[in-house]
Amino acid sequence: MEVLINDFSPGLFVVQTILLLGLIFLLVKFAWKPILTSLNERESGIKDALAAADKARTDMQNLQADNEKMLQEARAERESMLKEAREIKEKMISDSKELAKVEGDKMLKQAQVAIESEKKAAVADIKNQVAELSVAIAEKVIKEELSSSEKQLKLVDSLLSDLKLN
Amino acid sequence: MKKVSETLKTAALLFVICFSLQGFASSDEDQNLSVDTKDEVDAYITHHIKDAHDFHLFSYTSNGERKHVGFPLPVIVWSSNGLATFMSSAFHHDDDGKVVVERNGSSFVKLHSKIYELEAGASQVEFDETHHATNAHKVLDFSITKSVMGILLVGLFMLIVFSSLAKQYTSKKVPTGFGRVLEPLVIYVRDEIARPNIGEKKYRKFTGYLLTVFFFIWILNLLGLTPFGFNVTGQLAVTAALAIFTLIIYTVSGNKDYWMHILWMPGVPVLIRPVLAIIELAGAFIIKPFSLLVRLFANISAGHIVVMSLIAIMFTLKNSLGVVGATGLSLVLSFFITLIEVLVAFLQAYIFTMLSALFIGMAVAEHDHEHEHDAQGHELPDTEDVRGDFI
Repeated sequence: MEVLINDFSPGLFVVQTILLLGLIFLLVKFAWKPILTSLNERESGIKDALAAADKARTDMQNLQADNEKMLQEARAERESMLKEAREIKEKMISDSKELAKVEGDKMLKQAQVAIESEKKAAVADIKNQVAELSVAIAEKVIKEELSSSEKQLKLVDSLLSDLKLN
Repeated sequence: MKKVSETLKTAALLFVICFSLQGFASSDEDQNLSVDTKDEVDAYITHHIKDAHDFHLFSYTSNGERKHVGFPLPVIVWSSNGLATFMSSAFHHDDDGKVVVERNGSSFVKLHSKIYELEAGASQVEFDETHHATNAHKVLDFSITKSVMGILLVGLFMLIVFSSLAKQYTSKKVPTGFGRVLEPLVIYVRDEIARPNIGEKKYRKFTGYLLTVFFFIWILNLLGLTPFGFNVTGQLAVTAALAIFTLIIYTVSGNKDYWMHILWMPGVPVLIRPVLAIIELAGAFIIKPFSLLVRLFANISAGHIVVMSLIAIMFTLKNSLGVVGATGLSLVLSFFITLIEVLVAFLQAYIFTMLSALFIGMAVAEHDHEHEHDAQGHELPDTEDVRGDFI
């Protein structure tokens, strides 16, 4: 102990205290402060970058999911549009078919009616002509028959005989 | 920056060469300082452990003259006649109080690595039977001793190296070159020492001190393992200064809870509180700094003594093992002990910084947490409270 106390140098103690104090101040000012500040900045930068990367990844995933969804929607829409078009086409076809049929029927009926009326007119015409013809024939026959008084008397006789019989 | 460091390097080299040459010139005739016997080994080790006033590299004998190679360092002392400065070469390597240097009206001698001032009128030192000087007293010695030179060198080294690391960050995010080695060490001190012991909220304020102390002690410890023979962290004055810095920091930054726990311990019977206060005060102001300063001093001094003792096997066991055997044994043992000392150099720096951080952490800890209570309604200690018991 005595040796230790004897070895203790107050001068060295003072010098060491002053030098250490100076060293601490200089190092804090010129080394530790900038080093620790930039280390902290770097670490927070890395942390932020990692967080940003994570966020970007989730954003990307969301975007991809959105894209997928939109694609699916578009596909569905296309499907439905195609279906609709097909339906429209079929409907149009059937509609026009029906329309054509109705029109045809109508025309057919009109034709039939026309034919009928034509036929009737023709038949009436024929009847008239036949009647005129028969009247003319009958006129001629009668004229022929009654051309002599003998023939007239004969006829009157036959008619009278018929009457007698009754 | 590069140019400046180049210039510094050149200047340092010139300095060393100049003074080495001067060292070559100095010699003393009468002393034979060869180290062979056990007593001489002891004396040599004791001498080495102490601070020195000149930078001694090695000695050799030529033509019967003992020559010392090294360079002197400035001596700055506060004597009874005021400040006196001279180069340590004025003592001509004398360490026994034989050479008297007169400066500024005072006479100085160097005795066992200490500068003494002779009482007025005395022309040489007189000793009593226990070899204590009777007519001389110690002076306040602000010399640039070997330790101070070590501190200056390490301080300069740290300033250059760490400010250049700091400068690297202005141009890039990740340092290159030597900075790549330093950065993990800085992060290690911050994340493994400062942050867990002081706490997430307050660690930043103390990290500068902890980093400085950690690298200061570590580099000086490693410097002590080089053949230059620095023993800075093995000087009580140096470790005492370091410990007192920590003491001042945790005393000044201690919060209300800290003083409460020291002076009027809550949760114990009132009669015991004054007793506890005495113990706690002793703990805070004597035991904690003392444990810091003695641990570092003792470990580093012991390391130096063990390494030098093992090297001394070469001479002390020369007769029983032969030259080759003693040298081999000495080399093998000192090699492994030196390896362990490299570990110890880091470990002691770590422990000093760790304990400093722990003491600061205890002083600034927030005690706003609720204590759990046992069945009788007594408070149960949590980890925060018992942490001090494990130191």
